[in-house]
Amino acid sequence: MANITIPTPLRAYTNQQKAVDVSGATVGQAIDDLTRQFPALRDHLFNGVELRRFVNIYIGEDDIRFLSGLETEISERESLRIIPTVAGGKA
Amino acid sequence: MQPLVQKFGELSNSEIARYGRHLIMPEFGIEGQRRMKAASVLIIGTGGLGSPVALYLAAAGVGRIGLVDYDVVDESNLQRQIVHGISTVGMLKVESAAQRLRDLNPDIQLDLYNEPLTSDNAIEMMTPYDIIIDGTDNFPTRYLVNDACVKLGKPNVYGSILRFDGQLSVFYAKEGPCYRCMFPEPPPPGLVPNCAEAGVLGVLPGIIGTMQATEAIKLITGIGEPMVGRMILYDALEMSFTPIKIRKDVHCPVCGIPAEQVVLIDYEAFCGVPAHDHSTPAGQAATISANGKSHNGSHGDVSNASAPIPQITAVDLKQRIDAGDNLYILDVRNPEEWAISALEDTVKIPKPDIVLAVEDVLSKRKTAEQTVLAEIPRDREVIVHCRSGIRSTDVIKLLRQVGYENVLVNLEGGILAWAKYVDTTMPSY
Repeated sequence: MANITIPTPLRAYTNQQKAVDVSGATVGQAIDDLTRQFPALRDHLFNGVELRRFVNIYIGEDDIRFLSGLETEISERESLRIIPTVAGGKA
Repeated sequence: MQPLVQKFGELSNSEIARYGRHLIMPEFGIEGQRRMKAASVLIIGTGGLGSPVALYLAAAGVGRIGLVDYDVVDESNLQRQIVHGISTVGMLKVESAAQRLRDLNPDIQLDLYNEPLTSDNAIEMMTPYDIIIDGTDNFPTRYLVNDACVKLGKPNVYGSILRFDGQLSVFYAKEGPCYRCMFPEPPPPGLVPNCAEAGVLGVLPGIIGTMQATEAIKLITGIGEPMVGRMILYDALEMSFTPIKIRKDVHCPVCGIPAEQVVLIDYEAFCGVPAHDHSTPAGQAATISANGKSHNGSHGDVSNASAPIPQITAVDLKQRIDAGDNLYILDVRNPEEWAISALEDTVKIPKPDIVLAVEDVLSKRKTAEQTVLAEIPRDREVIVHCRSGIRSTDVIKLLRQVGYENVLVNLEGGILAWAKYVDTTMPSY
């Protein structure tokens, strides 16, 4: 199974799990499986069928937007990562 | 990359003695130190990130350092903002930081800006500097810093922190991507908590801030490979540093157009949140509400949420409790905060649970009765409180979106106001 690392701000929607095991042959299928397990996450990742622009999904060092997007094929043990946008620093 | 600074300052004998450990490194040498002396760096924010950045850049001999902050030092800052101290609590942060930096290195020039960075002053403020360091705490200012840096052709040394996680990059549109290539749009208001709400490990800004200082020195002297087009994701709990690549977006609305055409916009409207996370009167926070942009769709129609929110002061609440009013008081802080202080006889539901419940109801995954909302009455007055009054304001707006038509009252200033005006033995945090 592949796994997806969930950023801190979105862990509220995964019962505070930091990484979630998912099945699927593509990034899109893996994300579908993730949101099947945690339906409340879907609205935060997608605007209809499109990934929201503040959501970055990476395979290893690479942004899937510069691979084949949600169609990018993944292997059985692939590690995916949702990169969060955070703003903290001064306070 | 070529050294960003092509000017050379003159070093006195005492400076040569001071910077000896730099001078003997062949990569650095006296030439590198002379570039440092001629260099200028503007640090936006003199808090968690700005503290170590300012201390290390001053110690390392950056000749001119600008500090931008409009806050005053509070005791709760000292857990992580190491440029300040007990002796400067209550002082302007820029003054407090300058006092420490002058003690550390009297040879450098310090420029103090006791004002917020805005779309109106950013260009003038940033123009004199070679490098801009983003040590801010909110999305509007981060987008402003980015866009102004792109417009001016300056590198933006970016650091960001939350809880146990940090990010570091150098956004330099002349050489690579900008912040907007990675994050074209801010997240919906309320999704990503700030450090004041979610907490931050005190050491974390030290790690990320010293990395920002390192990147600034690399840019000034041309040593090594700056983090342009790359980002480090730091996880303190795993003690892992994960590098990722950031590509330049040729369609980027900011760095994809000629720099002179970049226009600084209203970033609070763009992000739907105010450009600070200070404790503000709840009414003020309510006026800068979610702007109903399309990316905010999951929160549904916010029209009702913008109606004025009734307020009650801590003193008035105490009087009503003493008068025997049968009140329903909802505490929306997190469990960790309940352990610090709490009012008596409150119902406690953390804001994140309410956010989840409202989203479930709006998306029709659940009925209100199947969520924590079942505990919140619709037929009587509900007084909502948090730490300072901001989260409770958000909760009232959320409840209105799911049909709460009863009177929802915000405790102005939150439990901090209670500790200040009613029960002075209660700890503040």
